[in-house]
Amino acid sequence: MLTVSGLKRLHIAASFDLQDGECVALQGPSGVGKTLLLRAIADLDPNEGTVKLDGALREAIPAPAWRKQVTYLAAEPGWWSDIVQEHFTAWNDALPLVKRLGLPDDCGPWPIQRLSTGERQRLGLVRALMLRSRVLLLDEPTSALDSASATAVECLIAERVANGTSVVWSTHDNAQARRIGSRIFAMSADGRIEEDRP
Amino acid sequence: MTYIQLSYGDLVLPALLVVMDGALSLVLRLKLERQLAIATVRMVLQLVLVGYVLTFLFAAVSPLWTALAASIMVLFASREIVARQKRRLPAVWSYGLGAGCTLLAAGTVTMFALLTELRPDPWYHPRYALPLLGMMLGNTMTGISLGLDALTNGLVRERAAVEACLALGGSRYQAVLPIIRDALRTGFMPIMNSMAAIGLVSLPGMMTGQILAGVEPIDAAKYQLLIMFLITGGTGLGTLTAVLGGARLLTDHRHRLRLDRIPAEKST
Repeated sequence: MLTVSGLKRLHIAASFDLQDGECVALQGPSGVGKTLLLRAIADLDPNEGTVKLDGALREAIPAPAWRKQVTYLAAEPGWWSDIVQEHFTAWNDALPLVKRLGLPDDCGPWPIQRLSTGERQRLGLVRALMLRSRVLLLDEPTSALDSASATAVECLIAERVANGTSVVWSTHDNAQARRIGSRIFAMSADGRIEEDRP
Repeated sequence: MTYIQLSYGDLVLPALLVVMDGALSLVLRLKLERQLAIATVRMVLQLVLVGYVLTFLFAAVSPLWTALAASIMVLFASREIVARQKRRLPAVWSYGLGAGCTLLAAGTVTMFALLTELRPDPWYHPRYALPLLGMMLGNTMTGISLGLDALTNGLVRERAAVEACLALGGSRYQAVLPIIRDALRTGFMPIMNSMAAIGLVSLPGMMTGQILAGVEPIDAAKYQLLIMFLITGGTGLGTLTAVLGGARLLTDHRHRLRLDRIPAEKST
C-alpha cells in the first residue's frame, strides 16, 4: 500500500492511500499540477510530506531503489541513447510487450528518431513496465495514441493491476478515467485533490 | 645570452600602427576608435605595471609576495570563467568552483614542474613560478569554462533523457554520465587542437620569446614541450574536477536533477 500524507510541492497539497491492485484516475485541467504531483511522489522534485510504501518511509530507502518501486512515466519519455534497444537491459525479454503494444518487432536496432511520437510513447511504457514496479505513476500514457493502441495499453495495465500493481493514471479523457479507475481524483486549481466515486 | 634591448623610444614607431588602425576606423566609420583607444591604454598600463611588479617580485624573492601575486592571478582567472558561462551557477558556487579548480589544476602542475624538473633555487622563485602559473591558468581556465558551459547546456537540453533515467531508478551518476562525457570532450578540444597545429601554423609565444632572447631554437622547443605537457595535464585535471563538481551541484542527495539551481537566464 502506498500512503501519501501531507505531500506539498509548490501550490500542491495531497493526502491519499493507494491499495495494492488499485488503479486511480487523476483528472484536472492542463497546468493544474497533475504532473507535479506524480513527480513529487516519485521524489523527482524537492517536496515535503510523508510518503510510505507498505509502511516503509521513502526517505529511508535510497532514491534509485524507491523509483524502481514507485515509477513515474512522463507523457513524453526521454531517451538517453540513439538506439532503441540500448534503453533496455534485456531487449529480448521486452519483445513480448513490444509486440503486444503493436510496435515493430524488428525495431531493436533502429534509431529512436525512426519511431513516431505514439510509438515512442508505447516504447517508453514498455521500458517502464520492465521494472515490474509496485506502483506506476502514469502521466497521460495514451495522449499520443490512436484508440486501438490506447485500448491495448489499457488492457495491459489492467492485467498488471489485477496482479497487484497500484496505478495512478492521469488523463484528460473522462470516459477513459471511468474505464480504468476504481476511484477518480479531481485536482482543482488550488492544488488539492477531491475524490469522486464513478 | 644576448638579446636586443628596446627603449621606450623604440616603441613609438610601432605604436603608430595602432594610430593607423584608429584612423582607418574614423575614415570608414567603424566606430571602433573609442574601444581601440581604451584597449590600447589598458594594455600599455597593464603590461608596464606588470613589468614593474615582476621586477619588484624578482628582487624580493619572498614566498609571501609570490603567493599574493599568485592568488590575485587565480582570482582573475575564476572571474573570467564565471563571465564566460552562458547559464550561470549561483555566484558563490561558480566562483568557488572556478577558483578551486584552476588553483588545483594549475597549482598542482606548476608545483610539479618546479619541484621535479626545473628546480629553481628557492623552488618558489617568482621568475619561474609566476610565468609558469600564468600559462597554466590561461589554458586550464579555457578548458574549465568550456567544460562547465557544455555541462549546463547539455543538462538543460537533455533534461528529458536524464530524468527518464532517474525515474527508472538510475543513480545521478548513471543519468548524467553521457553529458559529463560530452562536457569533458568539449573542455579538452582546444588543447588538442593547439597541440596539432603548434609549430606548423603558430610558433608559441613563449618559444618565440626565448628565441628572441637568444636561446637556441632546440632548447626553446624543449621548454615549449615541457609547457605543453604541463598544460595538457592541468587542463585534464581542471576540466575533470570542474565538470564533476558542477554535475554534483546540479543534482542532489535524493538523485534529483536540480536545474532550478541555475538562476533564470540572463539575456546577453
